This record gives sequence, C-alpha cells and structure tokens, in this order.
Amino acid sequence: MNVLEWSFVAAVLMAATPVLLAALGGALCAQAGVFNIALEGQMLWGAFAAVVGSHYSGSAWVGVLIALVSTAAFSAILAVGSARWAADPIIVAIGVNLLAVGLTGFGIRVLFDVSGTFSPPDLQGLHRMTFLDGVPVVGDVLARQSPLVPLAIVLALALAYWLSRSATGLRLRGVGEHPEAAGSLGVDVTAYRTTVVLAAGALCGLAGAQLALGNVTVFTENMTAGRGWIAVAAVMLAASRPAWVLVACVGFGAAEAFGFRLQGVGAPQQLADAAPYIVTLLVLVATRLRWLRRTREVAV
Amino acid sequence: MSTVDAAPKPPLFRAAVRHPAVVPVGAVLVAVLIGAVIMVASGIDPVRAYTGVVEGALATDNLDYTLSVFGLILGMAIVFAIPLRMGEYNLGGNGQLVLGGITAAAVGLYAPLPCALLVVAAVLAGAVAAGLFAAISAPLSERLGIPVIISTLLLSPIAVAFGSYLVRFRMTDTGSGVSQTPRLPDAAHLGTLGDLRYANVGLVLVLLVLVVFWLVDSRTAVGFELRTLGANRRFGAYGGVHIGRLNLGAMAAAGAVAGVVGAVMVLSPPYRFIDGALTAPGYTFAGVAAALLAGGRPLLLPLTVAVFTILQVGGAGMERDADVPRQLSEVLQAVVIIVLALRTVVEARRARTGRATT
Repeated sequence: MNVLEWSFVAAVLMAATPVLLAALGGALCAQAGVFNIALEGQMLWGAFAAVVGSHYSGSAWVGVLIALVSTAAFSAILAVGSARWAADPIIVAIGVNLLAVGLTGFGIRVLFDVSGTFSPPDLQGLHRMTFLDGVPVVGDVLARQSPLVPLAIVLALALAYWLSRSATGLRLRGVGEHPEAAGSLGVDVTAYRTTVVLAAGALCGLAGAQLALGNVTVFTENMTAGRGWIAVAAVMLAASRPAWVLVACVGFGAAEAFGFRLQGVGAPQQLADAAPYIVTLLVLVATRLRWLRRTREVAV
Repeated sequence: MSTVDAAPKPPLFRAAVRHPAVVPVGAVLVAVLIGAVIMVASGIDPVRAYTGVVEGALATDNLDYTLSVFGLILGMAIVFAIPLRMGEYNLGGNGQLVLGGITAAAVGLYAPLPCALLVVAAVLAGAVAAGLFAAISAPLSERLGIPVIISTLLLSPIAVAFGSYLVRFRMTDTGSGVSQTPRLPDAAHLGTLGDLRYANVGLVLVLLVLVVFWLVDSRTAVGFELRTLGANRRFGAYGGVHIGRLNLGAMAAAGAVAGVVGAVMVLSPPYRFIDGALTAPGYTFAGVAAALLAGGRPLLLPLTVAVFTILQVGGAGMERDADVPRQLSEVLQAVVIIVLALRTVVEARRARTGRATT
C-alpha cells in the first residue's frame, strides 16, 4: 500500500469533491447566519436529478444542469421557510433530508420500476479530462477526474476572495454577524438569506452530480451516506471560511481514500466505513480543545 | 395590503383555531393531501393506496404486528423527545439502537447467568452501553461547543459500523453464511403476551419507559428544568440550572431508551442480531417525526406514534395491494415535519409590519 503516489492524491480529490461542493454551500449559509443541515438531503436529490437527467437526455452535462436547477428549486423549501417565514431551519432541514430519501426512492420505483439501485448500461457519466494524459503531475492527478473536481477547488478559492474582498461579500457577512445592523444600513436580510440558501442548493446539486456521474455512474438509494453531515462538520471545523473548508474537505477525502486502501490490504470494510467519521470527530475535538486552551491563556 | 382580520371573529372560532391539537392534526391532513397529489402525478389511485395503508395496518390479522412496531417506534420517539425537551436534537438514534442491540446479543449469548436473570441482564446491558455512548455528546456540546445534533450524527455511523464488524467477524453464526449472530438461548427470549405472535413484553417495557418519562417530565424538578431550558436556555442558566449536568442526563437517558429498544428487537423473534436489520425499517426517523409532531410532550407521543406506525406498517400493505412504493410513507413523514415547521407562515402573515429576523 503506497499513499505517496499521485494516484492516491487523485483518489483523495475525488472523494473530497462532492463534500467540498456541499460544504461551500453550507459555509455561505453559515456566513449569512443560516444553519443549513439540509446538505445531505439536497446532495441526494442532486444525485437523483443528475442521473434522471443524464438518462433521459443521453448527455451527462444536461444531467448536471438539471441537478443544479432542480436542487436549487428543492432548496426553496428551506430558503423560503427559514428566511422568509422564520421557521426553525433545523426542523425544516430534518424534514427535507427525510423527504429526499423518500422522494428519490419513490422516484426510481415509479420512473424505472427498480428499487435500491438504478444503473442502466447506457447511462452517460461525466467525461474524464483525458486530454491531460501525459502531462506530468497535473495529468497524474486530474486526467481521470471530471471537470467538476478542479471547478470545486477554483470555486472554493473564488468564494474565499469574494467573501473577503467584495462589497456583496461584506454585506453577506454583515447579515450573518448582526442582521439588525445590516438591515438598518439598507441591506435586505431576507433577500440575502434566501439567495444564499438557494445558491447552497445549487452547489449541493453539483455535489450530487459529481457523486452520481463523476465518482461513479449509478444512482443508489441513500448514496450520499452521510457525506452531507461530514460537510456540515467541515463547515464547523473551518469556521465557515471557504479556503479552510477546502482544507477540511481534502482531509476528509484523505480519510476516505485511506480507508479504502486499508480495505485493499485486508482490513474490514467497517473500518473504512467508520474512518471518515472517526477522523472528522477527532479533528473537530482537537481543534476545539486547542481553541479552548488558547482562550483560557488569554483570560489568564 | 388588505387587512386580513377586518371582521371580528367570534371567540369560539378563535378558541378552536388556537387549540393545541389544531397544528398536528392540520399537519397530518396537509401531508395526506400532498401525498395524494404526488400519487395522482405518478398515476396511482390515492383512495386505493390510502385504503391499503389503513387495511394493511389495522386489519384484525395484522394488529398484532402493528402493535409490536408501535412499541418500537414509540421507544425511538422517546429517544428523540427527551433531549428535545431541553432544545437538543438527538439524531444518533441508529447508532444507539445498534449498540444496545449488539450488547444485548453479546450478553444473551455469552453471559453465564441463570435463566430468569439473563433477559434482564441483556436489556440492562444494552441500555447501559447505549446510554454511555450517547452521553459522549453532552460534554462535547457543553465543553467544546460541538452541537449535539452534529456529534450524534457523526457518532452514529461509527457505532453502526462497530456493530456490523462484531456481527460479521466476532459473533457470526458460522453455519448460516449470513451476517448474523447465532440464535440466542431460550433463556434470553422476551416473554410473550398471551398468544400474540409479535407484540411481547418489550411493548410493556416501552410503555413503562413512557410512564417514567411522563412522570419525570411533569412531576419532578428535573423535568421542570428540562422544559425551562427548552423554552429559554439563557433564562434557565440564569435561574441556576446546571445545563451540562442536565444535558448529560438527558442524552444518557435517551441513549439508554434506544438501547432498550435495540435489546427488545434482538430478544424478539428471530432472536438474533442480524446485520442492518435494526436500522433498515427506519423506526428511528419515524420516531423523530412522531416526537416533533408531539412537540416532545410525553402524553401526545402515543397518538402521534400511532399515526406514523399506521403509515409505516400500512406502507407495506399499500405496496402489496395497490402497488404503491412503500417509500411514500417516508415522503409523508417528511411532509408532516416540513408542514409542521412551516406553520410559522401564519404568524409571519399576522405580523404584518416589520421583518422577521431570527
């Protein structure tokens, strides 16, 4: 087992990308003061929509587009509910997550008369960037990936820049920091929050598309398998800063890829299943402990 | 904007609208309607489907099974309801359930105890293991600021994987080729209730837990503190409530109840811990939906749990009789939760001026 090779880096990025896309959405919401824990369900919906779109159109990119748009529409429940009607975002999100599991399972039964897994032989997955083959390093890492992988990384950096350097980014942070103050300066708090939750939905749609058409080419019931929750944890770890979200998600990708390799050398599959959660929890606890110690030193 | 309340409404009408039962009943009705719309859109006859649900759950032959499922969902509803009383969300029910089940199975299989003690020991061990496990979330929340909802969700798959590992590699019934433990000895079987085939002493156990929860919630200082924190955390802290201690107790109690449910499932037919069998039926989230619908209030739980039990058990009947995918019951559960949460739209309309800020 060799983790010091480029194919391992490629596996890490592949595992990290769906989580990263969803976590960026979650980070935006957190910056605007909305605790969005519907990422899991929205990502699942995105995966379903992407596969349905690709199946009927015969084009993976149409699938991605449908995932993007329909997941944004799906997130309108949370957007309108929490931002406009002041509903408890946690309870709405619990409902949305359950709704996604039910609707997608119901959907593949009604549309395709299969249960559990839908993988028609002609289902189009996202194209790999094979034109990079032969390019040193970049080719080794990216040639077997979908274009959504580098897009996610670029998005993370762009969002980091946008949040810290633009006027709208500043207003968004203001909405999260102190909604009354932002409102008194003429910022439409409700509009900002609604938009941000819809945008997070679109990002979760991309995450689902990458999961179901990039990492694999299949839809399985409940295929997100907790990735949305890892994304929520990544947002917490990174204190909602997109660049740090990128770091946290790559860490998660490493845990998943490492667990997968462990399985290859005979470790039980259950260890691979649990590895990302164990690592996420340990890192979360460690960073919190460090933060606690630092604040205590300041107090003394 | 036109004024909505132009004509004064008679007080009786207003009292009826404010009645606490209006919201849950309304949420269920709206969910049934939305479910019907989804079915019509999918080319399914909703009347036949809903008849299938009710018949599947309440036909005389099925009542026994329905009753046993009612007990399990009621247990999982209590698991979510206890921390909900203080405003915390325990979404780690699956992990707690599995840990309780596998521990009960281990005790049932390996503990050298005399007949009468073995069942009791197995249930208690399941409760203790799951209770300790769930309690981890309390210090994580109070000392490190990791919300209970996050830590329970991250801990849960670890416990599920651990249970799965044990049954696959350490406690496997080697002859069967399936990932399951050997059949537990007769001494570890829960007692039956008369000649019922499914509902057994486990149901009585869960009902007892409900009574204890109700007594603690309504008749003790701890229950009062729980509800105070749930209503207003800062006021509770100001009033001298030890949040950390209470959170620890609530999470341990919730986990212990999940452990009891897991133990009941393992100590009932087919008397084995089968990989995935505890979580697959989705009792955990049916319980979450029921607890949210009841607002965590112990005395309302049996009613809301009954609704979701009928949906759950009837879903299978609906699939059989009307060829409607049983996932529709999950959709309906979800719609109930969402409608319930979105009831704030009424208040948002009522407050005509000013923006709602959270």
